[in-house]
Amino acid sequence: MTKDVLDMTCDVAIVGGGPAGLGAAVALKQAGVANVTVLDRESEPGGVPRHCGHPPFGIVEFKRICSGPVYARRLVQKAREEGVKILSRTTVLALHPGGELSIASPQGQGTVTASKVVLATGVRETPRAARLVSGGRMHGICTTGALQSMVYLKNLIPFRKPVIIGSEIVSFSALLTCRRAGIKPVAMLEENASPSVVWPVKYAAALLGVRLQCECQLLSIYGNERVEGVQIRDRFGVVRDLECDGVLFTGAFTPEASLVRMSHLQSNKTSGSPVIDETGHCSDSAYLAAGNLLSPANVAMKCWADGRRIARSICSEIAA
Amino acid sequence: MIAQADVVVIGGGVVGCAVARKMALEGAKVILLEKGADILEGASKGNSAILHTGFDAPVDTLEQECVALGYAKYHAIHKDMHLPVKKTGAILAAWSEEEEAKFTGILEKANLNGVKDLRMLSRKEVLNIEPALGNSLVSALLVPGESIIDPWSSPLAYLKQAVENGGQAIFNAQVTGGEFANGEWVLQTSQGKVGARYVVNCAGLYGDIVDAAVFGEADFTIKPRKGQFVVFDKSAGSLLTTIILPVPTERTKGIVLFPTIFGNVVVGPTAEEQESRNKAFVDRDVLQSLIKQAEYKLPGLSGMPVTSTFAGIRPATEKSPYRIRKRAECNWLTLGGIRSTGLTAALGLAEKSFEWLLEFGASFKAVQAPIIPVMPNLAEHLPRDYTKPGYDEIVCHCEMVTDREIKEAMSGSVPAGNLGGLKRRTRVTMGRCQGFYCSARLAELTKGKLEDSLEVGVAHD
Ligand SMILES: Cc1cc2nc3c(=O)[nH]c(=O)nc-3n(C[C@H](O)[C@H](O)[C@H](O)COP(=O)(O)OP(=O)(O)OC[C@H]3O[C@@H](n4cnc5c(N)ncnc54)[C@H](O)[C@@H]3O)c2cc1C
Ligand SMILES: Cc1cc2nc3c(=O)[nH]c(=O)nc-3n(C[C@H](O)[C@H](O)[C@H](O)COP(=O)(O)OP(=O)(O)OC[C@H]3O[C@@H](n4cnc5c(N)ncnc54)[C@H](O)[C@@H]3O)c2cc1C
Repeated sequence: MTKDVLDMTCDVAIVGGGPAGLGAAVALKQAGVANVTVLDRESEPGGVPRHCGHPPFGIVEFKRICSGPVYARRLVQKAREEGVKILSRTTVLALHPGGELSIASPQGQGTVTASKVVLATGVRETPRAARLVSGGRMHGICTTGALQSMVYLKNLIPFRKPVIIGSEIVSFSALLTCRRAGIKPVAMLEENASPSVVWPVKYAAALLGVRLQCECQLLSIYGNERVEGVQIRDRFGVVRDLECDGVLFTGAFTPEASLVRMSHLQSNKTSGSPVIDETGHCSDSAYLAAGNLLSPANVAMKCWADGRRIARSICSEIAA
Repeated sequence: MIAQADVVVIGGGVVGCAVARKMALEGAKVILLEKGADILEGASKGNSAILHTGFDAPVDTLEQECVALGYAKYHAIHKDMHLPVKKTGAILAAWSEEEEAKFTGILEKANLNGVKDLRMLSRKEVLNIEPALGNSLVSALLVPGESIIDPWSSPLAYLKQAVENGGQAIFNAQVTGGEFANGEWVLQTSQGKVGARYVVNCAGLYGDIVDAAVFGEADFTIKPRKGQFVVFDKSAGSLLTTIILPVPTERTKGIVLFPTIFGNVVVGPTAEEQESRNKAFVDRDVLQSLIKQAEYKLPGLSGMPVTSTFAGIRPATEKSPYRIRKRAECNWLTLGGIRSTGLTAALGLAEKSFEWLLEFGASFKAVQAPIIPVMPNLAEHLPRDYTKPGYDEIVCHCEMVTDREIKEAMSGSVPAGNLGGLKRRTRVTMGRCQGFYCSARLAELTKGKLEDSLEVGVAHD
């Protein structure tokens, strides 16, 4: 019988193969670190850009503009060329003191022991439940990330005429995704007096003929099997129903920090991000963190650069 | 006639599933008729998942008897079916001296109910067991037997056992009426006519409507009573190991703080009367007040992310007792108003129902060496599917659900009928990201295979 244990050691283990993790991995290899291993739980590494089907990505990294999926493939290809070992479908289950990781993959479970571990698990959006939104739980309620994955990775749509909640930069991506998929949002609701980012959202909303309603509160979601409408309070204080077949929650980024929360590492109580010092080290110096796990939500380029910064921090420590 | 049975069970809630199992094991040809596309679409969809000892049940009632019997039966069968149970115990905590004064009465009642292992705990003893509890606590009663279970795998296991031992479940089959003639029932359903010698109405939130459709009237009226819950992130799991019960008031059992078998901490339920039998909506203000209460009792919860919010609806009636009606003259049994203890009492009610059918004159030959279904484990403290190699991918990362589990849940003797059923069988999308990472893959995996779908069509330019 095969032993279903995958134990391995490496110089640096990187948890998460998005821009930050891959940026760090490439820089480490370029600086001469021998064994750099990236662990990513998805079937395809590359992180969030895999499902951002629109430009602009890659301006600094590759000196040309490309879409998210192309950018993600480039990052992965580059890392492989530099000799980074990338293990996909490999989930890090737990972080242990001193740089020991419990992992699971279809081949079995095991332990990765590394001199240094870079945590680069990224961010996601706050879903409906955690926003404590009133109403029922029916089909047609999702986040931009889920919508983008559906549209760009599977060519499917979860609704045809949703309301969009939020007006952050990612809400702009949401509008573009809708446009690309033939989805016609009925309105875009923002609680504050003006959109979180003004020009792209206004521009995209206008382009799509979507009405941006500020100072407008989502009160509850109703329907049976699927969403049939939402109740809102508009800026005049009028409560009314808005017919729609979906609710798209955008932004309100939250770090994908469950590994950190459940570990021995010190973390920020509300966000869950690891507490780090100016060199990027966590409370256990075997661990460092990079990318949007730390600062929701920067663009890919910044996360990539942050990965490189962390790599330099590791190299100078090794050299010292 | 589309089918013919010895016993028809109306309703695939936890009660119907347990009754179907019992009748099938006793050798009856059983058909369960469920109006939904899957089981557990009514009251049994959302509850606290506590297996009660019945220490606080109304003394000398059928409810107390069924809870005690159900509790014992569950412990007798859970191992063989691989159904998890965690004997966490419950701490009935007094947060004021007035509350503490009620302990004597509670102890007496527990004794009368045959639950004799309750113990008083000093404040210090409580904090030894649960160091994270708020320190304004005065003292407590420990109820060692209270346990937590998987509220969805259990009824599914019951129905699977019924089906694997000769029974049948028909979905999308709403019972709309029936005629009894010459000792035989002919039930009208949305799928066609179904014949039976005996009928057990386990329609839960619609129990009165089913009785009324057949007999012109029901002798009870369902008064739906909603309970809302907030589920905290699994990282809160380390804060709590026991069930924290409040001291009950005249009106309600109160808000409970409890760990789930899946590793979360939950606060709830509320008790709110409403008209609708199926709208289990949550309300922001109520959720916020639940969170506040939870934080007061367990201060470590402040700042803890919320994973999910949900509501369940109790099939309460205008009176508190279970509403059992035995119509011996026409072999019809109604198990109505199984209000707030049905998850525990179901196996007990099933035993009693069989006795009542015998009183009606039924006689069957029990199945020898019945088939025992083995359930996949969803409990956090036991090995999950992903620990066994050979799956292809983890689809849901928050709850660590493999593609293999999803495929298995869509096949077998009682396959998932809809997405809700698939979630309850696997926990897919029930974790902290609520589908951010996996819903696209899930939409793809389930496309065209279930009654409903995550997607409404294809994307186009
Ligand atoms: C919906 C959405 C849309 C966005 N759109 C844009 C955009 O258009 N342009 C832009 O520049 N930025 C966008 N962003 C910001 C995005 O976060 C960054 O571009 C960038 O992807 C962050 O890089 P990262 O490496 O920090 O994290 P990610 O790209 O999120 O990568 C994290 C990786 O970690 C892996 N991982 C997580 N946990 C584990 C674990 N336990 N074990 C193993 N692997 C794990 C994940 O599978 C993932 O591959 C968007 C973000 C979101 C959420
Ligand atoms: C908030 C809350 C917390 C609870 N906590 C606990 C707990 O911790 N422990 C415990 O033991 N109990 C608990 N309970 C109680 C328990 O959940 C209920 O007692 C139990 O679910 C009732 O099950 P049932 O089978 O009678 O009804 P239901 O679950 O409502 O089942 C009835 C079924 O019949 C079907 N049906 C209806 N009409 C028809 C028709 N005409 N034809 C065909 N099918 C039909 C429905 O679709 C449904 O599936 C709780 C309940 C709630 C709401």
